[in-house]
Amino acid sequence: MSERNAILARIREALRVSATRPGAHAAPPTSRAAAAPVSRDRPAGSSAGGFARWLPRVGAGFDELAAAFAAASKELRTDFHVLEHDAGADTLLGALRDAQGWQRVASHRDPLTTRVAESLGLPVLWTEDGYDPLELERCDVGITACDLLVAQTGSVLVTSASAGGRALSVLPPHHVVLARREQLVPDLPEGLRRLQAKYGEQYPSMISFITGPSRTGDIERILVLGAHGPKHLTVLVW
Amino acid sequence: MTAPATQFKAAAKTLAADLRHRSLIQTALGKYEVKRDEMKARFQDWEGARQVAADIKFEAINHLDRYLEQFVARIEARGTKVHWASTAEQARQIIVGICRDRQARRIVKSKAMTAEEIHLNQALEQAGFKVVESDLGEFIVQLRDEAPYHIVFPAMHLTRGEIKDLFDRKLGDAPSDNPEVLTMVASRVLRQEYVAADVGITGANFAVAETGMISVTENEGNARLTAALPKTMITLVGIEKIVPTLADLALFLPMLATAGAGQLLSGYNTLYGGPRQPGEADGPEAFHVVLLDNQRTALLADAEQRDALHCIRCGACLNVCPIFRNVGGQTYGTTYPGPIGSVITPHLRGLQEWKHLPFASSLCGACSEVCPVKIDLHHHLLQHRRTARAAKPVWWEKLAFRGFALLVNTPWLWRLSLAVGRVGQRFHGLVKGTKLDPAYVWTQSREAPALAGQSFKAWWRERGRGTTDHGGTGPRDRRPGTRDQGPRVTSHESSRNDPGVATKGGTAHE
Repeated sequence: MSERNAILARIREALRVSATRPGAHAAPPTSRAAAAPVSRDRPAGSSAGGFARWLPRVGAGFDELAAAFAAASKELRTDFHVLEHDAGADTLLGALRDAQGWQRVASHRDPLTTRVAESLGLPVLWTEDGYDPLELERCDVGITACDLLVAQTGSVLVTSASAGGRALSVLPPHHVVLARREQLVPDLPEGLRRLQAKYGEQYPSMISFITGPSRTGDIERILVLGAHGPKHLTVLVW
Repeated sequence: MTAPATQFKAAAKTLAADLRHRSLIQTALGKYEVKRDEMKARFQDWEGARQVAADIKFEAINHLDRYLEQFVARIEARGTKVHWASTAEQARQIIVGICRDRQARRIVKSKAMTAEEIHLNQALEQAGFKVVESDLGEFIVQLRDEAPYHIVFPAMHLTRGEIKDLFDRKLGDAPSDNPEVLTMVASRVLRQEYVAADVGITGANFAVAETGMISVTENEGNARLTAALPKTMITLVGIEKIVPTLADLALFLPMLATAGAGQLLSGYNTLYGGPRQPGEADGPEAFHVVLLDNQRTALLADAEQRDALHCIRCGACLNVCPIFRNVGGQTYGTTYPGPIGSVITPHLRGLQEWKHLPFASSLCGACSEVCPVKIDLHHHLLQHRRTARAAKPVWWEKLAFRGFALLVNTPWLWRLSLAVGRVGQRFHGLVKGTKLDPAYVWTQSREAPALAGQSFKAWWRERGRGTTDHGGTGPRDRRPGTRDQGPRVTSHESSRNDPGVATKGGTAHE
């Protein structure tokens, strides 16, 4: 406790002298901007949602948002499909299973995932009640639901509550995300707003924006996918 | 010269002439610049976003006590244990203590510059723990037993061939020098570590006061795994990482990715608000957050340079810095290299010992121009120079500037020196580039510019004589009383007493 008090005391002592606002350095020192006491209010323009006007533009309506998500996915090398209904997911994942030779599937019980994971006809490791990490490590694919999809950045928002824990969406080499159309939101400010509205004060312990498959450029800045996390990210929406 | 200064000069001299190093860095940063500009252009207003981001960090840093208390109250309410460390030593003891309490043997770490700052790995290894860096670049430099080259790209200075040889030597596994193959070798080794480790250690890019969460940005997924599988999670975070609200991340996450790596958003941006909660499938049983001061409050007390605490560690200022690009990251001998490192290291480790860093700058201002949170970097470097010299004047420098002031303020002396120079340079060729050359410091590696055969003043007078009829452009237009009155220089850095005008004018601020 004493270090806490010591650090806070040093901070309060330091803040007795006010600093010049950013961008106001060029003004003469006597100007009101520099001399005014530091406001205890939030700075203007940073209220929730106010950021949308600085960030990249996105359209409106499902078709435009899906097009934006598809464009971002192409750059990120996410495999993104808009389907008519959930039966399309069975067909698509069945083809992936055969092409990549999946042996074991990991998933969590959720209205979207349970039926689709079982439709593959492979042994399924369900994670929601706890699991052996070594077993999860041996699975070829993790199939999860998600909270939201963000069109602006091509991101999938998962939490430890919505996606079967922390590891399921990142340990298996292929991550498959299943989502409903209404989960696609325009941008990051809207995504965070929805997240706050959904969980209130009861946030899951992990919240993650996944943007594309795992990647690294640490060797000569050459892009390599699947550094530690999934090499493949497939997102299916219906 | 201090020991760090001697080391810096020697390393800089070698690397600046190392063409292999230069081409490696230029290629890597060339790719970065293209992507960064592409992403910046997608923002509706990048400059507007910079100002808002700077305002938010200003708000957070200037009410740091309030936001820190809010952050701690919220994150502790969800079962996290928060520790406060005034010094690097305290932080090391706290983390070693947690690992001992948990009877850990193996530790997996994701990239954290704060851990580099407090030399955490050495402390953990001395205490008998096995520590593995999981970020690929950090894993590589750890195998080489050296410091990261760059705060975002730790192994930027190595070729694939060198990395192949390293893996061959240390891991006995390097089938080829293909980056993908090498990445998979590292990945195979590290996957075992996540499952086997007892403790996972991460850093944090942001700490959200409103919701009591830390935010970790990465591309590989190694931090996600570090925070998922080990039974204990420890996050070491500098107290300046605070942002007030969750909504603020909607701006900071894309700005960090754009400025730092030329991505619109990094691969994984993850918030952690506590250990495994009831009903959750996995996650650590215990979550410890260590808040690190380590001289940050000293920097906070410097109101002029306080904005250096706005830094989000994107590395953009390193990437554009002509000094960094020529001397390389490890030459600095600091945790934080480049312009931001040269600003904060004197605060963290002492100005007199590290004053060579602010002097190793061209003051071109490229750093301040790219900084996503508008830190006034190059002015802080200039201010460091002034403070260092004021505290410890250098007699020959003062003498030289007094001589210079006399020279430029005395017209006949100035004319004489030009005349001498014009004659002297005819013989310069005889000694140019040798140790006998009076301008050797310059000419040992550069061409000396020739003095013009005629001074501008003489040329102007001559020209005026022939063209007075044109009117409006000749010397007759000169206002009376301005003759021979150039700007008077009274001492070097005449701006000392007038920072508002002379040192803060002409900045990149709009």
